[in-house]
Amino acid sequence: MTTITVEASELTRKYGGRAAVNDVSFTLNKGEVLGFLGPNGAGKSTTMKMLTGNLAPSNGSVKICGIDMMERPKDAKALIGYLPEQPPLYRELTVDEFLTIAARLHRVSRQHIKKAVDVAKQRCGLTEMGKRLIENLSKGYQQRVGIAQAIIHNPMVVILDEPTVGLDPIQIRDIRALIKELGGEHSVILSTHILPEVEMVCDRVQIIHKGSLVFNGGIDVLKQQRHGNRLLLGLRQPPAHDALLSIPGVESVEALGDNLLRIHHTPGATPSEALVQAAVSQNWGLFQINPDQTSLEEVFVQLTFQEAVAA
Amino acid sequence: MIVNIARKELKGLFSSPMGWVILALLQFVFATFFLMGVDQYFLTMSGSIRPDQRIGVTEFVGGSVFGIAPFIMLFAVPLLSMRLISEERRQQTLPFLFSAPLSLTEIVLGKFLGLLVFLGVSVLLIGVMVFSLNLWADIDFGYALSNLLGLFLLLASYCALGTYVSSTTQQPVVAAIITFVALLALQLIEYFLAGDPSNTVATLSLMRHFEPLSRGLLDTRDIAYFLLFIITFLTLTIRRLDADRLRG
Repeated sequence: MTTITVEASELTRKYGGRAAVNDVSFTLNKGEVLGFLGPNGAGKSTTMKMLTGNLAPSNGSVKICGIDMMERPKDAKALIGYLPEQPPLYRELTVDEFLTIAARLHRVSRQHIKKAVDVAKQRCGLTEMGKRLIENLSKGYQQRVGIAQAIIHNPMVVILDEPTVGLDPIQIRDIRALIKELGGEHSVILSTHILPEVEMVCDRVQIIHKGSLVFNGGIDVLKQQRHGNRLLLGLRQPPAHDALLSIPGVESVEALGDNLLRIHHTPGATPSEALVQAAVSQNWGLFQINPDQTSLEEVFVQLTFQEAVAA
Repeated sequence: MIVNIARKELKGLFSSPMGWVILALLQFVFATFFLMGVDQYFLTMSGSIRPDQRIGVTEFVGGSVFGIAPFIMLFAVPLLSMRLISEERRQQTLPFLFSAPLSLTEIVLGKFLGLLVFLGVSVLLIGVMVFSLNLWADIDFGYALSNLLGLFLLLASYCALGTYVSSTTQQPVVAAIITFVALLALQLIEYFLAGDPSNTVATLSLMRHFEPLSRGLLDTRDIAYFLLFIITFLTLTIRRLDADRLRG
C-alpha cells in the first residue's frame, strides 16, 4: 500500500512582485526518494522552506501525512526532519549535547533520547565524535551532525537541502548510502545540483526552473531521455549515407566530423549488429561503436532551456 | 517544551565562560555593597541616638544592595539578552527551532524563561546574603521579600525588552547597545520629569514602579505594570519572528 506523505498543492511564494516559486504541486509516497534539481536561484530552497513551515506560502498548501502545515503546524512539523542549506548547529555545544537537545525538542520521549542519539550518530558515522565541540569539527562532519539532527526523531519525511555540499568523495558515498537507506522507511526529499547524485539515489526527479516545475517524473523517464535512440559510429572509410540508411532500423544519419556518425534508430530495434556486419563485409574501417548517451547535464539544459524559450 | 528551550538557553549560557563571568561579577558587586552596608550600619547607628534616626538592619543593608542592583543589572542584562535571538539569526540556527514541533510562543517564552532563570540565580544569591543577617539579628522578611520580588520583576522587564531588541537585529552588539539605551531612557524619564511628578510619561519609568516595592509596599498597580511591560515586549517578539515566516 502506498501512502502519500507529502502533498504540496499550488505552492506559490512571492517576494515583492516576483514569484520565487510559482504554482508548484507534487505528491510524494512513503519510501520514495525525490530529487529536487534546479540551477541556482531556481526556488529549490524556498520550496523546501515552505514544505517545512519555515516560510509561509503566498498561496497553496502543504500537507504532511494528511496534516495541513498551516492549520496544525506543530503536528505536521513533528513528522519532518529538515536540514537547511546552512546546517543549523550550536557551535558552542558538543555533538552529544546538541543531538540531545534536538531529540528533546522533537518530542523524543525521555527514556529513548540516549538511544536515539546513539542511533543517529551511528548512522551518520559520528560515533567517535560525541564529545567533540561542533565548532572544532570539519565542514564534512558538521554536515553529518546536521543530517543526524534531521533524522534523530525518526521522522516520516526527511528534507535535505544540498546534503553533500562540502563533503569529501568517501563521505559523499556514505551519505548517499544513508539517503538510500532512509528511503526504505521514510520519504526523502533532497535538493542538489550534482546530477549523477540524483541518478544514484533518487526514485523520482523534479526539475525546477525560475520557480516553476519543468519536469516531474520517475528517474527511468529521465534515463530514457538520456539514453535516447542513438548510436555513435566511427568509420575510417565512411560510405554514402544511403548505404547506411538501407540497413533496417536506421532512420537518419548525421555526420559529426572526425569520421564520426550519429545514427538515429527506431526505438527498440538497435541496428548495431547489422551495422557491424556491414562495416566488416564492406570494409568501412569500423573503429568505434557505442550508444550515444546524452549526459544528464544536457537533458537538464534542454529542459531548462525549453522553458526559457517558452517564456 | 518551553522548559526544553529554557534548558537549551541555559546550556548555551553556561557552556561559555561568559555566563560564569557575569554571574561572578554580579555576585562580587552585590557582596561588596552588602559588606559595606553591614560595616556602615554600626558606624551610622552608633551615631544615631534619637529613635526616629534609627532604622532596621534589613532596611539599611538591604537598601544598600537593592539600591544598586537595578543600576548594575542595567549593564548585565543587555550583555546577556543580546545573543538570545540575534545570535541564532546570525548563525542561521533559527530554522532548527522553526522546524521543530514548537510554536513561536513556546520558543520566545522558553528563551525568556532561560534568561530569567539565569538572572534568578543572581537574585537568589542576593536573597541568601540578606537572609543570612538573620543569624545575628531579627530581619524584616516582608521588606526583604518585597524587594526581591521587585528586583525580579524589574529584571524580567529588562529581559523582555532585551529579547525583543535581540529579535530585531542580526548583530548582538547592536542589540546590546539598543537595549542598554532603551533601559537607561526608561530609568531616566523620571529624572527628566522630576519637576512634574504627575506627568503621564513619568509613569512609564520602570524605577517609579520599582520604588514602592523597594520600600516594602506591594501595590497591584506596580505589579500589573511590570506584567504588562513583559507581556507587551514578548508579544512584539513573537510578532517579529512571525514576520520572518510570513515575509521571509
